[in-house]
Amino acid sequence: MNTLADFLPPIYIAQAAFWLMVLFTLTGALIAVAFPKIVHNILGLALSMFGVTGIYLYLGSQFVAMMQLLIYVGAICITYIFAIMLSPPLEEGPPKKKKTRVLTAFVVSLVTFAVLVLTVIHHPWGKYTSATRDWSVKALGQVLLNRYFLVFELISLLLAVAIIGAIMIAGLGQKRE
Amino acid sequence: MESLLTYLVLGALMFSIGVFGLLQQTSLIGMLIAVELILNGAALNFMALNMFLSPDASFGQVFTLIIMGVAAAETAIALSIIITVYRRFREIKPDSVTELKG
Repeated sequence: MNTLADFLPPIYIAQAAFWLMVLFTLTGALIAVAFPKIVHNILGLALSMFGVTGIYLYLGSQFVAMMQLLIYVGAICITYIFAIMLSPPLEEGPPKKKKTRVLTAFVVSLVTFAVLVLTVIHHPWGKYTSATRDWSVKALGQVLLNRYFLVFELISLLLAVAIIGAIMIAGLGQKRE
Repeated sequence: MESLLTYLVLGALMFSIGVFGLLQQTSLIGMLIAVELILNGAALNFMALNMFLSPDASFGQVFTLIIMGVAAAETAIALSIIITVYRRFREIKPDSVTELKG
């Protein structure tokens, strides 16, 4: 029986999948910032986050990849969509963008990108470490509850405060009206 | 795929696309989306450096988890602020909220 691996070496498939994920990320990011309608922007953000999920898998961390999928694609994008759908329709038509503003933004981001890439290329990165790594969820959970316990607690506290604060802000505004 | 530079350049590209969106968007929700892209570029850098250079495999993952938590909190707060702004000013353009302007 012929399988796909007989025709194509698996390393090619892995590389093709990696570049497909990169393509998803960049296309989604461009859709997220450049399209005029806000719902398209949110869908672009979801596509981009999906691509980043795949890249995290290539970076060896299943747990962070799943968290990325759950939190960004699952929670944050849905929250955006809810916020748009719950509010009344915006003013008719997409707002007009000034050309000078877009041009300035383009130049600034281009300069930012150039500086970042030059820094990255010219920085003397050390030798790649090849220590044996334990990327499993079990190891990560043990580290989170031992060495980085404070981090764990702080995230929990931050999220609780954020939920209460969001309810207070949105709820108080409604009462005043 | 096996080189650090690929991931770092990808992170830089996401960061600059986010900066572009942040500067040219005319609605508050669009700016918030651009901020998410910027945060993700930073998180991608942490994961890449963690994979290739860090002696401790969990440090970058923990930091990426913090970034995700902060991003979720920021989204919740910012969206509720945007809804409040919309109720008060009837639009969500950042240029229109100028009540405190002298």
